[in-house]
Formats: sequence, C-alpha cells, structure tokens
Amino acid sequence: MDQQNGNHKKYGMVIDLDKCTGCGACMVACMAENNVPFREDDTDKLLSVSWMRIYRLGNRKPFPQVEECYLPRPCQQCEGHAGHSPCVSVCPATATDYDMHTGIVSQISTRCFGCRYCMAACPYHVRQFNWWDPMWPDGMERMLNPNVSVRMRGVVEKCSFCFHRYQLATDKAYLEGRRELDEGEYQTACTQACPAGAILFGDLNNPAHAVHQIAQPDSAHGGRPRNPKAFRLLERLGTNPKVYYLSSKEWVRKAGDNQVQRTEQTPKA
Amino acid sequence: MDSALIPKGVKRCSIGQFALWIAVVGAVLLWGVWAMLLCYFKGLNQTNMNNAYGFALWIWADLAVIALGGGAFFTGLLRYIFGKDELKHIINYAVLIGFICYSSALLILAIDVGQPLRAWFIFWHANVHSMLTEVAFCLTLYFGVLTIEYVPLVFENRQIDRVPFFHNLTHNMHGIMALFAATGAFLSFFHQGSLGGVSGVLYGRPFGFRTGLLIWPWTFFLYTWSAAAAGPCFTLFITRITEMATGKKLVKDNVVELLAKIAGWMLSTYIVAKIIDTVYWAAVTAPAMGLTLMDFYSNNPGSVYGLWILIAEVVVCGVLPAVMLVAPRIRSNPGLRFIAVTLAAIGVCLNRWVMVLQMQAAPVLPFEGWFTYMPSWQEIATTILPVAYGVILISLSYRYLPIFPQEPELNPIEGGK
Amino acid sequence: MFPFSFEWVWDMGRMVFMGGVWYALGILGMGMTYCVIKAVYDTAQGKGGEHGHGHH
Repeated sequence: MDQQNGNHKKYGMVIDLDKCTGCGACMVACMAENNVPFREDDTDKLLSVSWMRIYRLGNRKPFPQVEECYLPRPCQQCEGHAGHSPCVSVCPATATDYDMHTGIVSQISTRCFGCRYCMAACPYHVRQFNWWDPMWPDGMERMLNPNVSVRMRGVVEKCSFCFHRYQLATDKAYLEGRRELDEGEYQTACTQACPAGAILFGDLNNPAHAVHQIAQPDSAHGGRPRNPKAFRLLERLGTNPKVYYLSSKEWVRKAGDNQVQRTEQTPKA
Repeated sequence: MDSALIPKGVKRCSIGQFALWIAVVGAVLLWGVWAMLLCYFKGLNQTNMNNAYGFALWIWADLAVIALGGGAFFTGLLRYIFGKDELKHIINYAVLIGFICYSSALLILAIDVGQPLRAWFIFWHANVHSMLTEVAFCLTLYFGVLTIEYVPLVFENRQIDRVPFFHNLTHNMHGIMALFAATGAFLSFFHQGSLGGVSGVLYGRPFGFRTGLLIWPWTFFLYTWSAAAAGPCFTLFITRITEMATGKKLVKDNVVELLAKIAGWMLSTYIVAKIIDTVYWAAVTAPAMGLTLMDFYSNNPGSVYGLWILIAEVVVCGVLPAVMLVAPRIRSNPGLRFIAVTLAAIGVCLNRWVMVLQMQAAPVLPFEGWFTYMPSWQEIATTILPVAYGVILISLSYRYLPIFPQEPELNPIEGGK
Repeated sequence: MFPFSFEWVWDMGRMVFMGGVWYALGILGMGMTYCVIKAVYDTAQGKGGEHGHGHH
C-alpha cells in the first residue's frame, strides 16, 4: 500500500513523564481498541495481557525528598541495527517482522506457533503470551473491534502501534488520491485517550511532526535523542527503540538505563 | 517364555520380573502422559510459566537432554572418523542413549509450543536467521541419523536377524555407517552450537548475550564443546548405572577408560575456554551494556541465583571432574571415575539451566526486580515422562538386543549356550 | 522450505542454510536407498539368514 520510494517513515512516540498521572486511560483504550483478552481474576500481572503497561517508579529517597513517576510502556518497536530488532531476528517462523516503510514491528497471530523465543529476547517485557483462550462476557463479542483479529491461546501478542489504524488511514488517503498522511490521520488509541496529553505519536522522520521536533532523533547515532530532557529505555543495549520519554528530573532519566554501578538509590518500580 | 528373543550367550531375568519392572516404570510414564494430555487440551496455563518466563523447565530439559545425548555423535566421530576402534563396544549404548535423548527432546518440544498443530511452520515458514530454526532442522535431521543408527541394532535381534532381508539390510547399513556418523557429527556440531546461540544472540539480555565470531556467538562453540565433553560422561554414567542394576560388567575397563580419558581432555579444554569467556563477558561485554557481574547474581533471601551457582557450574562440576578424568590414577578408580562423570553431567545441566532460567530471572530494566519461577506438577511430570520412556526403551533393548558386544565374554554362562 | 514456497528469496542466507539441509537430507536419503536396494538384491541372491555374518 505504501508507495513512497525511499521516503521511509518511522512511526514513534514521545511520552512526557512530567505530564503522566498514571491514570491508566491509555491501558484501557488499548485493551478496548485491540480486543485484548482478560480473565476474571487478572491480579497476576505476569499472566495478564496488557499491551500498554504503566510502571510506577520511585526515587527511593525518604520524605520529603520522595518522588514518584509513572512510565507508560508500549512496545518500543525496536529497530536494532538496520531492522534487526531483538525479537524479529529470533522468530523461527517469521511471525514477526520489521517493516522498513513504517518502522513498526508486526506480529502475525495466525503464523505464530507459540515458541516464546521472542518473549525471551525482549528486554522490555512487551510481549505477552495467551496462556488461556479469550473469554468475553456475554454480549461483549459485539463490542469487539472488527479491524483487529482476536488471538487464540498459544500465541504471542504485543502492541502494534494500532497498525490497523494506519491501514485504514492509508486506504482513506488512497481513495482521496493522496499518498501522504497528515499527522492527525494516524494516531494510536493510547495517544488519543490520554487526558493529560502526555503521549504524542507521529513520524520521527518527518520534520513537521511533533515527535520529531521534540525528540530530535540523531539517525547518525542510532536514533539517540538530541533533546537533553529525552531518553530511551535501555539505550545502551542498542535496541534503537522508537519510544522517547521526556522528563525534567535527572533521576527519572537515569532510571531508563543500567549505569554499571547499581546503588541504593537506583530507582525501583 | 521369551527366551527365543533374548540374544545368545547372555542371561536375563524372568519375564515375570521384567513385566513387573516395566509396569512400575509404566505407571510413572502414564502419570507423565496424563500431564501431557492436560497441557494439550487445557493449554499452557497448566504450567507455571508466565510472561517473564517464556522459557522454563521444558526448554531447560530440552537443552540438557540434547547436551547429554552428545555422546552418540562424539563416540561415533571418534570411532568412525578418528578410528578409535575399541569404542565399538560402547557405541551401541551411546547410540541408544542418544536416540532416547533426542526423541525426548522432540517430545518435550511438541508439548512446549503454544500451538503444536502449527509446529510445521518452523519448516514451512523458516526464518533462516533464527537460531531456533537451525535447531529444529538439525535436530530433526539428526534424529533421523540416530534412527538410522539404532535400527540396525533392532534388526540384530535374534529372531529378526534370521530374516535374510533384515540381515542384509543391517549388514549394508553397517557398511556405510561411517557416512551416517560423519553426517551426524556435522549436524550435531551445528545444532549443539545453535542451542548455545539461542541465548548468545539475545542482545536484549545481557546475561546471555555474547560477542563472537561472524554470526556465531561464543556460546555456540562452548555448547558444542561441552556436549562433546559431557555427552560421553553421561554415556559412561548410564553404563555404570546399568551395570549396577543388572549386576553384570558390560564393558571392559580399557573401553571405559579410553572414553573417560578423551572426555576428560575435552572437558579440560572446554572449561578453560568457558573461564576465558566468562571473564571477558563479565569484564567487557556486560559492562558495555551497563551491568556488572554481581548484577546477575542475587543476594535476595530464597533466591537460588547466588554466586554459588557459578562456582558450582565452573569449579565443582567443571574443573574438578576435568582434573579427575585427566589424571590416570583417579580415572582408573571406578568409584572416583563414576563421581567425575556424574559431576560433569551435572555441570552441563547447570550450564543449560543458568543460560535459560537465570537469564530470564535477572532483571534488565533498572526498575524491575528479580523474577521467580517454580515448575508446576504438570511440567515436572512431563519432564519425567521421557525419563520413564528412556528407562523402558533401555530395558527392552538390553533384554532383547545385543547392545553390549563384550557382555557374553565378561559374563560367561556355565554349561555353554 | 522449497524454492516454490511463499516468501522464498534467493538470498545468501537461505541458499547456505537450505542448501545444507537438503544436502544432509540427500546424503541420508541416498544412503538408505542404497542400503535397502542392495539388501533386496542380496536377499534375492540368496545371501543372509542363519549362515550369514555373525554379530558385529
């Protein structure tokens, strides 16, 4: 569908942690948009599926220096080096792939046979497994999003940056005789749901988009942000993720990566 | 009652005793089958795996059992390619153990995947850059080699051998066995190695990640080397257990000591390489990813991942058995030799454990903590299932097939025949 | 898996990997075919049976 030659997009996010209140609207919107399954008792967070997950970080200082920060974590859509995301290279059935045109890591539920190697590969724990079949309360099947396939048990799933919305937007643009999408035409559910406007979504390669202007990714250095307030999780690993976080607090920026010296003050979730 | 099936020149227990033995082991097997059916029909929620432990007991069991089954390829290599002819007296058993190990691995893999009916996708939609694809292909092919190596043994059963076709087939297969052994060694090099590559390529997991040579992380070579070292040790271990269970000497000392000596030198060279790799990883690779050695070892109470596990794997179950097997005076002492091969087998199991389980237990995100895991009874039962199956197959093979060529000579029966 | 499969591309990785797979399969297949055919031939010639070779 995407006809641009060499005009590759790199869809990414900038999440302003100074604005995030930890309300969870992004998680709920994501679950509704993407038909994410749930169980009656979802207290075990290691067994539940939640494409967007909010972590609560603390600076581990005593009152009155105690501070807290909420960090929403979608799939980081890692590019790795030249498209070799940690999870993409390891999938034995090519059920996940890095799309050079959009920068999004796809997940093909009908091809995945559930070996879970990608889950072992992902350092961010964004990949979750369907340990059970989805069970929708009576009548809820009619509320499911028809644009997103429902997954059965035994396959891995993860955030797709609402790729179905990209497909709908490009279809619409094509019908209108356009190839380019406006910034507002393709937005993820979590971005739109955030009441604080903490999440911004757009094309990191497009100088007109907000995410590019704020993060200022340096493509000559693995996409590292030039903005001193911006950071990415686990920058040192070389995963080259597309989710940039903003914070005015240094302890939060430090919390994003391992610093060789873990101390008593290393932030804990 | 079944004496016509028992090989010439050897004695076996009564069929009643044998049936009782099979029934007892069979009960354990059925317990495992029940757990397997639960996993198939109810799904993987029957396990204690979770989103932090995508790989757990089963994957460890796969890796361990394949490493321990490395005796088959290595003994075959030594006998057919390097001409160590004395090993022909133990190679049958090595092949049988290998066959059991690899069929167990395939069985556990079939239960472990979330969608077993789609397992063929790994062949049809193969991603040639994934280490697991390499594993699947080579494992399947090598299992074919092991079948080819085991089938002549089965055909050597007294009654089957009387059929001219099977006798000729066995003879012809033995004639070109070197070709199969060479192919098996080639395939083993790659799948043993790519099992090491499974952890080594994960640049998102500093505990497992290694730099390496071209596309192969150092763990690739370390795993092949440790399988070649510990596989024969496991063969010797099982041989000794079988001798203890049957009350007979089955293989002459010179054969055992030759294999033990070679295994000892393989183990010694492996442990030197392993120590160098560990030091480099701790001093260079991991700090480049922001972590020190002690970040991977937990002092949390109740955690199994203290530094002791590294010492156990490398020193107690690595350096110690290597030294014991290389030293002639210790190697020729049956009791000490048995301890040494046991430690070596445990060492390789520990290595596979830490590269799968500890890798997932250790936190990567700075604000995460350690993850814990304890297998469910279904996982344990399905892991014991192949052990029970192996015991049954060894029992049947020992009873009806001429597995040990030196057995009649070492255990002469009074009154001939 | 095969050149006519969906997603097959003639890139170096695939040629090396699948080439190795088919090579190993070929050796095993041809070896076994040889053994079976020769066994059939030998049996027809009257070799084998009780008076044949002993155990290895």
